[in-house]
Amino acid sequence: MTLTAFVIITIIKTVIVLIAVLTACAYATWLERKLIGHIQHRIGPNLAGPYGLLQPIADAIKLAFKEDFVPDRVEKVTYSLAPLVAFIPALLTFAVIPFGDQVEILGYRIDLVISDLNIGILFIFAVTSLGVYGIVLAGWSSGSKYSLLGGVRSSAQMISYEIAYGLSLVGVLVIAQTFSLKELVEQQSNFFDWYIFRQPLGFVLFVICAIAETNRAPFDLPEAESELVAGYHTEYSSLRFAMFFIGEYANMIAAASVVTTIFLGGWQGPVLPPVLWFMIKVFLFMAFYVWIRGTLPRFRYDQLMNFGWKVLFPLALVNVLITAFIFR
Amino acid sequence: MAFDFIKTVLIAFPKGFYTSIKHIFKKPVTIQYPRVKRDMFPRYRGKHYLEVYDDGTERCVCCGLCAAACPADAIYMEPGENEKGERFARIYEINLLRCIFCGFCEEACPEEAIFLGHEYEFSDDNRDSFIYTKEQMLTNRPREKPFKKIIRQVRRIF
Repeated sequence: MTLTAFVIITIIKTVIVLIAVLTACAYATWLERKLIGHIQHRIGPNLAGPYGLLQPIADAIKLAFKEDFVPDRVEKVTYSLAPLVAFIPALLTFAVIPFGDQVEILGYRIDLVISDLNIGILFIFAVTSLGVYGIVLAGWSSGSKYSLLGGVRSSAQMISYEIAYGLSLVGVLVIAQTFSLKELVEQQSNFFDWYIFRQPLGFVLFVICAIAETNRAPFDLPEAESELVAGYHTEYSSLRFAMFFIGEYANMIAAASVVTTIFLGGWQGPVLPPVLWFMIKVFLFMAFYVWIRGTLPRFRYDQLMNFGWKVLFPLALVNVLITAFIFR
Repeated sequence: MAFDFIKTVLIAFPKGFYTSIKHIFKKPVTIQYPRVKRDMFPRYRGKHYLEVYDDGTERCVCCGLCAAACPADAIYMEPGENEKGERFARIYEINLLRCIFCGFCEEACPEEAIFLGHEYEFSDDNRDSFIYTKEQMLTNRPREKPFKKIIRQVRRIF
């Protein structure tokens, strides 16, 4: 494959993935509103288009035409930078996620992954942790106490979870002997080889930490709307607010994709094409996210700290130990 | 503490998750308001209407009992006399902004002429349109409900 072909193919893949992810973000909001609505005996959006399917477009248009209001006391540079810092890392994660098997188009063998890094998992950890800076910076630069509290909470939450987040995957890495997500998926071609069966405790810990990492209920302390107005994005409006929102949903989809890739066999599955299997698994995990939000109340601040340090962290360590002894 | 935690995770969590997924499949209670209207309760007290006899003459004789019973002082009336020498209300106005929809007028009326209907959508943006005249009240009569039945209902209540 020549360099030109490589560049062109990569650009095409990137554009397709970006469009797909942004559309998925828009429809994740729809899915969430619909599911939460039905959990609460409501209908959810149903006026814009059939089953309210045009609602995300209506929301986007509404947000785009809102006034971009900047309060007086903000730190201008950081204030305008923060949404980007929250938004871009969320999209970066998709660079290493394999969406499907190798396909052959026009004589080129193309991997359905933008770039198969040999340190893929480390890359994901590095990039997803960056997202929290957007929240902290937004909270700090807004010049509002609610935003500041949201940002502080977010950083405290990140410190409590990041360790367990990393440790919960060590078990998988010990077994897999690789950091590459593509190889991880290839190892799970057999249904019972899925890492959810080989690492059940690791899976549970990772899912909990992923939810905390993406600031979703029951760990949505940074934007606790009943306590902090809207948390870190209180002072944001228009497209900047939209950017936080898309960032949050992109983060959710990224976390769902990571869990799918590492624990649920990625694109592996019978009959249906691999890309479809990947989408189905991600969709189911997104529905699970919403299900959790519809079920559990928000953790209190001290409960969260206790849970992170006294439960998740020791359990992750135990998991690493057990795995190390078994797969010596 | 550890036992409580295990109990929460193994019993309370699955219970909660089961409850929320169970409710997804129940019928939503939402009423799609402007398109679908709620069936009002028979005793609901909405906008007033004046009842007539079967031949179309008004039942109201302008006795003033409703105005006397009205705690909000919302009813204004002036009597008149028709060609047969019978008394009737020449002017009968209810100020809907003063009215508290208590239903005392309906209760006080000896001729069973005034009733509170089921209509509840009468917002407007100027005060004058809330003066509710006799002509409006006569046209506001619900057609579908037999008059006798309503009287029986009202009498049963009070």
